[in-house]
Amino acid sequence: MAEEASGRRFRVLVADDEEGMRLAVERALRGFTVTLDDTGETIGMDVVLVDSGEAAIAEIERSSPDIVLLDHKMGGMSGLEVLSWLEERDIDLLAVMITAYASIETAISATRKGAYDFLAKPFTPGELRVSLRQAVTHLAAIRKTRELEEEKRRVRFQFISVLAHELKAPLGAIEGYLYVLQDKNAVSDPAVYDRIVDRCQIRLVGMRKLIYDLLDLTRLESGSHRRALVECDLRDAVTTSIETMTPDADRRRISILREAPDGPVGLMADPSELGIILNNLISNAVKYNREGGSITVRLKDLPDQVVIAVSDTGIGMSEEELGKLFQEFTRIRNAKTKDILGSGLGLTILQKLAALYGGAVAVESTPDVGSTFTVNLMKGTTAV
Amino acid sequence: MTDDSKERTGTVLIVDDDPDYLAQMAFQFSSRGYRVLTADCRKDAEEILAVERPDFAILDLMMENTDDGFLLSYSLKKRYPDVPVVLVTAVTSETGYEFSEKLSASSWIRADSILSKPVRFEQVLGEIDRLAKNG
Repeated sequence: MAEEASGRRFRVLVADDEEGMRLAVERALRGFTVTLDDTGETIGMDVVLVDSGEAAIAEIERSSPDIVLLDHKMGGMSGLEVLSWLEERDIDLLAVMITAYASIETAISATRKGAYDFLAKPFTPGELRVSLRQAVTHLAAIRKTRELEEEKRRVRFQFISVLAHELKAPLGAIEGYLYVLQDKNAVSDPAVYDRIVDRCQIRLVGMRKLIYDLLDLTRLESGSHRRALVECDLRDAVTTSIETMTPDADRRRISILREAPDGPVGLMADPSELGIILNNLISNAVKYNREGGSITVRLKDLPDQVVIAVSDTGIGMSEEELGKLFQEFTRIRNAKTKDILGSGLGLTILQKLAALYGGAVAVESTPDVGSTFTVNLMKGTTAV
Repeated sequence: MTDDSKERTGTVLIVDDDPDYLAQMAFQFSSRGYRVLTADCRKDAEEILAVERPDFAILDLMMENTDDGFLLSYSLKKRYPDVPVVLVTAVTSETGYEFSEKLSASSWIRADSILSKPVRFEQVLGEIDRLAKNG
């Protein structure tokens, strides 16, 4: 037999009490494969033959076939009774009924019981293969959808576990400090007391930021985020964002420069989205900068897109760290970042917003020299 | 003999990369009369150990690298075999993996005790007292 040893194979169970019929089906399916249109994957068949409904059930329990061809009329358990048995158990297979008379009543009751297709006797090997090709394609599609849904659920679950951890951490820290403060006589040093209150506040601010970022992200992902696109001059948006970030930057003596064309840098955009994009970029450039460093916000106006590039003179990232950067909740943890607070969701939000404008986020970085984050926003894209 | 009101003395080394946890532990120990040495990474801890012999050490397991606590514990025990080491880790609460079952005389883990975060200060203190009595 010229069968492929590798590749996915579907097990096809044929239940018919006429031996001639069983053998004809086996002959028609010998070496038969189905190539899926979307992936090009070729699926082979392993055919199992049984002569009654009872034997079909035993075989289903034993080998979990993928597709079952069921003769409607068999001595003992009929095809319909096998279908009922399958229906009660919610078994993952496709049933194709073989009927001697293509009566509408049989068709209706079999469909109600979950049969996928019918073959009216007598049928040609070609008709059998057409029906089976449809069944295989349909089953492969169902399983693929199910896998994708499972993957989605898994990612969601992972996201929630990490989120729970990120929310628990500040609570644990604050709880620990309260525990220390409970001992009224213990904290006699005002400096220690101030430090404790300070740290509690910092952890609370971090937690609130995480919750806000999470809400932003949820709005973006659920699509409930209402967009108001107006003609914006990106230079103004940058100026506003720089003003917002200046107090934080001043505290660490970091200067922020704007390099932009003389004329307006126009874009149809939602001003609040632009605000989140720019604040995210500039606040990262402040957080991961060195004391006394600088930030340059460059705007480029190209025919089809605008490009925002924010460079800092900060701690930068290694190749390995860059590889992990865009994962949700990933915060680059090393000795240089241990005192920097963040939700780990900023870049995910940035990417989702850039995608709304058909754009993307790119980064270049050199350790201890600095990083440049570049976001491009396409002009024509006003997709929702 | 067992007078609980008596002030304990001694030098404790606490190593943890969580600044809040480190500060809380350090505060609790110093307010009970201990001399406290702290480090937030393995490298700094090794530097301290090169010049100081603590009376006992409390080490976080996962710092910059997931096995920093084990490595640090290993080198500490090599240098000062008699210094009790308590490893504190959130691994169990986060993964369900139970290390303490793996602690035995023949174990490759060179620590006297492993506690799971979240851990109360009293638990750590109790563990240290227990180790001190056994030693």
